[in-house]
Amino acid sequence: MKRNVLWIFLLAGAIIAAPLAPVALAQDKGSIYIPLLVYRTGPYAPSGIPNANGFNDYFNLINERDGGINGVKIVFEECEMQYDTKQGVECYERLKGKAVVVNPFSTGITYQLIPKAPVDKIVMHSMGYGMTAAADGRWFAWVFNFPMTYWSQASAFIKYVGAQEGGMDKLKGKKIVHVYHNSPYGREANPTLEVLARQLGFELTLLAVDHPGQEQKSTWLQIRRINPDWIYLSGWGVMNQVAVKEAAAIGYKMDHLVGNWWSGSESDVVAAGDGAKGFRSMTFHAAGPGFKVHQEIVKYLYDKGKGAQKKEAIGEVYHNRGMINAMLNTEAIRTAMAKYGNKPLTGEQVRWGFENLNLTEQRLEQIGMKGMMQPLRVTCENHESNGKAAVQQWDGKKWTLVSDWIEPMREVVRPNLEVAAVEEAKKLGYTMRDCSKE
Amino acid sequence: MIYREAGQFKTTYASDQAIFPIVQDRVVVLLAILAVFLVPPLAANEYWLQAVLIPFLIYSLAATGLNLLTGYAGQLSLGTGGFMAVGAYSAFKLTTAFPQINIIGVFLISGLIAAGVGLLFGIPSLRIKGFYLAVATLASQFFLIWLFNKVPWFVNYASSGTITAPDRAVFGVLVTGPNSTAPMRYLMALGFVAVFALIAKNLVRGRIGRSWMAIRDRDIAAEIIGVNPLRTKLLAFGISSFYCGIAGAEFVFLYLGSAETLAFDINVSFLVLFMVIIGGLGSILGSFLGAAFIVLVPIFLTNAPHLIGLPLPVALLKQIELMVFGALIIFFLIVEPHGLARLWQITKEKLRLWPFPH
Repeated sequence: MKRNVLWIFLLAGAIIAAPLAPVALAQDKGSIYIPLLVYRTGPYAPSGIPNANGFNDYFNLINERDGGINGVKIVFEECEMQYDTKQGVECYERLKGKAVVVNPFSTGITYQLIPKAPVDKIVMHSMGYGMTAAADGRWFAWVFNFPMTYWSQASAFIKYVGAQEGGMDKLKGKKIVHVYHNSPYGREANPTLEVLARQLGFELTLLAVDHPGQEQKSTWLQIRRINPDWIYLSGWGVMNQVAVKEAAAIGYKMDHLVGNWWSGSESDVVAAGDGAKGFRSMTFHAAGPGFKVHQEIVKYLYDKGKGAQKKEAIGEVYHNRGMINAMLNTEAIRTAMAKYGNKPLTGEQVRWGFENLNLTEQRLEQIGMKGMMQPLRVTCENHESNGKAAVQQWDGKKWTLVSDWIEPMREVVRPNLEVAAVEEAKKLGYTMRDCSKE
Repeated sequence: MIYREAGQFKTTYASDQAIFPIVQDRVVVLLAILAVFLVPPLAANEYWLQAVLIPFLIYSLAATGLNLLTGYAGQLSLGTGGFMAVGAYSAFKLTTAFPQINIIGVFLISGLIAAGVGLLFGIPSLRIKGFYLAVATLASQFFLIWLFNKVPWFVNYASSGTITAPDRAVFGVLVTGPNSTAPMRYLMALGFVAVFALIAKNLVRGRIGRSWMAIRDRDIAAEIIGVNPLRTKLLAFGISSFYCGIAGAEFVFLYLGSAETLAFDINVSFLVLFMVIIGGLGSILGSFLGAAFIVLVPIFLTNAPHLIGLPLPVALLKQIELMVFGALIIFFLIVEPHGLARLWQITKEKLRLWPFPH
């Protein structure tokens, strides 16, 4: 009888302790914890799934092949937020406890989290999205948006158009339309395009499309009337698919329709079928599974059944982007480890790593991403780094790069960016750092 | 036995008409209010305060506001999100233009501005009824969001188009902005909810509430016995929007910290309406129960598998959560179409008779 009671107690203890076991493992001393806000469900899942899988694959690769970053394991945990700001903030609050860096994955959530970052001592890396003004690191010490901001991206687009037209002076009198998602994200490029329109003398028309962007008939009717030379598209999710379809329907020349880099993935063009052929978009990395890092993930993960997705989906635009995002996080942490030692780091130490990240051509080659993206260097003043953009084109089957790497017009973007940074920082009551003392 | 009411005699009208006529209720409620003011700020961690309790309180306030309009006055409204946005943007404009005004004052003035807008959009209610009114208020929702999206003045010409809550203090303690602590923000939200729930409870017990209910139950009869439909309906719209406006201001200042118009889109209007329906139309307690159900159940469902150590992929988890949540809504509406508040009422009746039902 007594033995029975003992057994029951042991069993009950085991049942209670069982759920705690994985948690205890996660809090293992030798690890770095990175929460992932993902959107594998909801209206934006077609973009969210490959992106999240890219993260999973790269972090798993680092853990499987190298045993972590310099031997310190990466522990990451997903939290589903459906691309919804409120759920994203809930996720952040739930997981921020042990976090050192967070990738918000949404401009809306980035805006929510920017004020929290310095308070919680968590690095905010909004890779190619978020608040442009935060690129001024003197004001926004905790926020990073390398490899490039929306403003630089827009200037790179204009530069590309100039090159296509045969010189920047040829832009005079040309008609350019910006079709944008009517949200902080979509509006981001407007100030830069307006400045450049004044400087270069092209006619700019701004056409807003209200969320979610399923209804664009009137927009494209207007476009037909304007008959622009180029269209820049800042869409997201279903808005892109509809825009590409509408453009094809009115017979617009597809290679003069250029999306920003959130408007140029497989899911944006497949719905439009053959009509989407020739559609271009900005990007900061190459698509496709042809790089060394892809062979590595196949070798270490997919061949062992540990891949995050189907093998055929390797190298999709957002899968590659997720991997690059994970790689940038990893390399920044590695940079911090060079200074602070190979051990779990604090938020402050990781922040130093982000600020001093110098991703060289050799390093990219070692990582297996040579040619996939350009080297970049982050500094205290410049949190968008010196990254470069490129243009890719959809040929009906895959995305391929069709331009050289384009240097954005930093001389135009940076002064405006610094003015905006002062404005935004004033709202939050920040003071400027002296970068010479960092 | 739980309610021993023997010996509780009402000797005055005032004691007979009290909100909680039973002594036990009064004691429990007072203790509960004391507890919610003291325990969470001291015991709860930031996640609980910031991601669970504060949104619950704010949604409760908004649901109370909508319940006054829809539950008591019978005017179906889908403009809640729009009125909340009015409160939020007014509070932002006021506090950035006049930083010297105390933030509590700012919230109240924003509520008044929202009330004004509500009055304006309430005018059609005199001619339009039922579902048609819902469509008319839907127009207000879309118009207001469009307005805030369109006119950069509302966001102080910020290129991003977002509004950010600045640091503001009450009695020298920061209650809003990125540097304020979660317990202080919680107390601020709780203070507003406590005061305004009390006001709402008293409103609906008095002349105004009775005239609302008269209009709701049969507007022609109400008019014949001397209830002015114009005044009554507009008053309902005004007061309801006042509540929603304050909730909207709190939504940005105490919960999100910064927001774009998308935070107040049509989904918010639906969400608050569902809270009112699930909680119980025509019940202040129902507004709280409904808000608790809609805010807390999804969070509980998300966290439950973690707590029992079930390692499911997050996407699957989300889908299960949505299914369970939907099923629960249907279950409650079938079991008790009058909402959670009615369930509680029945429970209480039973408790009063227990253990000798007769």
